[in-house]
Amino acid sequence: MTSEEKKHLEDAACDIRILTIDAIGNLGVGHIGGAMSIVEVLTVLYMKHLRHDPKQPRWDGRDRLVLSKGHAGPALYSTLAYRGFFPKDMLYTLNRGGTNLPSHCDRNRTPGIDMTTGSLGQGLSAASGIALALRMNKNNAKVFAIIGDGESNEGQVWEAAMFAAQQKLDSLIAFTDYNKMQIDGMTHEINDLGDIEGKWKSFGWHVLRVNGHDVEAIDNAITEAKQHTGKPTMIILDTIKGKGASFCEGSLGSHNMTFDAAKAAEAIAKLKEAR
Amino acid sequence: MATPEMRAVYAETLIELAEKNPDIVILEADLMKATGTGVFKEKFPDRAINVGVAESNMLSVAGGLSAEGKIPFAATFGCFAARRALDQFFISCAYAKLNVKLVGTDPGVSAAFNGGTHMPFEDLAIMRAVPQIDIVEPSDPVSLKALVKKLAERKNSAYLRLHRKALEPIYDASEQFEIGKAKLLKNGNDICIVALGGLMVRESLRAHAMLAEFGIDAAVVDALSLKPFDRETIALAMQGKKLVVTAENHQINGALGSAVAEIIAEQGGPRLVRVGINDEFGEVGTEAYLLERFKLRGEDIVQRIREVLKK
Repeated sequence: MTSEEKKHLEDAACDIRILTIDAIGNLGVGHIGGAMSIVEVLTVLYMKHLRHDPKQPRWDGRDRLVLSKGHAGPALYSTLAYRGFFPKDMLYTLNRGGTNLPSHCDRNRTPGIDMTTGSLGQGLSAASGIALALRMNKNNAKVFAIIGDGESNEGQVWEAAMFAAQQKLDSLIAFTDYNKMQIDGMTHEINDLGDIEGKWKSFGWHVLRVNGHDVEAIDNAITEAKQHTGKPTMIILDTIKGKGASFCEGSLGSHNMTFDAAKAAEAIAKLKEAR
Repeated sequence: MATPEMRAVYAETLIELAEKNPDIVILEADLMKATGTGVFKEKFPDRAINVGVAESNMLSVAGGLSAEGKIPFAATFGCFAARRALDQFFISCAYAKLNVKLVGTDPGVSAAFNGGTHMPFEDLAIMRAVPQIDIVEPSDPVSLKALVKKLAERKNSAYLRLHRKALEPIYDASEQFEIGKAKLLKNGNDICIVALGGLMVRESLRAHAMLAEFGIDAAVVDALSLKPFDRETIALAMQGKKLVVTAENHQINGALGSAVAEIIAEQGGPRLVRVGINDEFGEVGTEAYLLERFKLRGEDIVQRIREVLKK
């Protein structure tokens, strides 16, 4: 990756982070922590890897994305707005009555959302179903799925893990947003994921692990995953909950928190200063 | 027509549909042998997906398949369909406005030797609370074939309560069916029995014959669909009757009995007697034993009616 390309991606991630903080701050409450931790992966996907056409959100040739940790919707909405799926102004409707940007992703409301999620544990299964259908339809589109580390407490994640490996769904590339935190505490104190790489490997997946805030490392991992055949890929992203939102970065309380426009403006100013 | 197993009719209907429509797929959770869809797999090996003993995964996978235009029929025992995988059916299928046909087999006492753990007396009540889905319980091979075809034509998710075992046809092969439409099987002037499902429609027809001996002329309605519920046909059948009786192989709360009670409460009607399971769990035994144990037989229906009518 050239340094220009890297800067370009980092700037995009910064813009998407700002849009997300601004949208949630405008409302005053939201799932800021887990939205911030996936900004880089969304940026690399939508700026570089995920085939899409904002003018045709349901274009059959597009790659699919299932945000299984559906509460991080606001980060994805900002990414979609950034790519032109809908006007950025719409981000201010987040969670307001009648909005098409609900707290958790809804395929029937938001252009660019491929699957309805929000009940944790279901998205990887749904992504597997999508990958299976695409294979039946001889469509070579990729399916990306993002799951949470807290979400990985759900047994269904591991049902899906077995299933996708059994079906050899190599068009499926999943990410675990491993920010090490869940609502009630540190993941290792609530339900330790232990050897997370070993777990996915033993379930028959191709496993990679990178710094989830390093756009170049994410890019390299996705490039490798796309070429890998015979197995689905799990890319473990080591991330920081609340990354880049100065008032909550690395804070356990960031899962779903209140903060006002002034706090948001302060965090945004810091991001602009640092870029 | 010989007496076919309902599961064989289910599988043969799916094959028929699949031959015409490449989007028809089936999902099983290690109960393909029980559901009898092995014949489908032989014909369409790539369109029969066995997810293993993982019903939750099955329903979300089905949602994903439907998001890409497939029409999945996902089957398991009714107890697992409605209880184990409810949230997956609710969110990944119904709430997502996708087109997944969930099939719950072995309704109520037909679970027989599998016993209380496997005996769904509550699946319809649970499913009835899921918005915008269809719920059907065909009563014979003819209605099953027709309603499976109708379900495949519709774009919403659905719950099909499937009796797996052999049932004699009630309907002529030429009979036409619609989702949300009941059938008046017997005219009658005194009372009206509204029944749901293969076993209870048969027990109600037996009750009809027995009641005649006591001078009670009973109309019999086969409800067939619980959602949409054919309020029109049922209200009409109840009109002017001394008594209406619901007969279901299910808890009396939340499904057929409640649906009929709602009509009566909202628009008036006769006194209601609900035959079914009264707040009990299932237990093990033969189907015949369990029908008697839970007072679901024609004889039991007759006794309840005679008690109320004092005849």
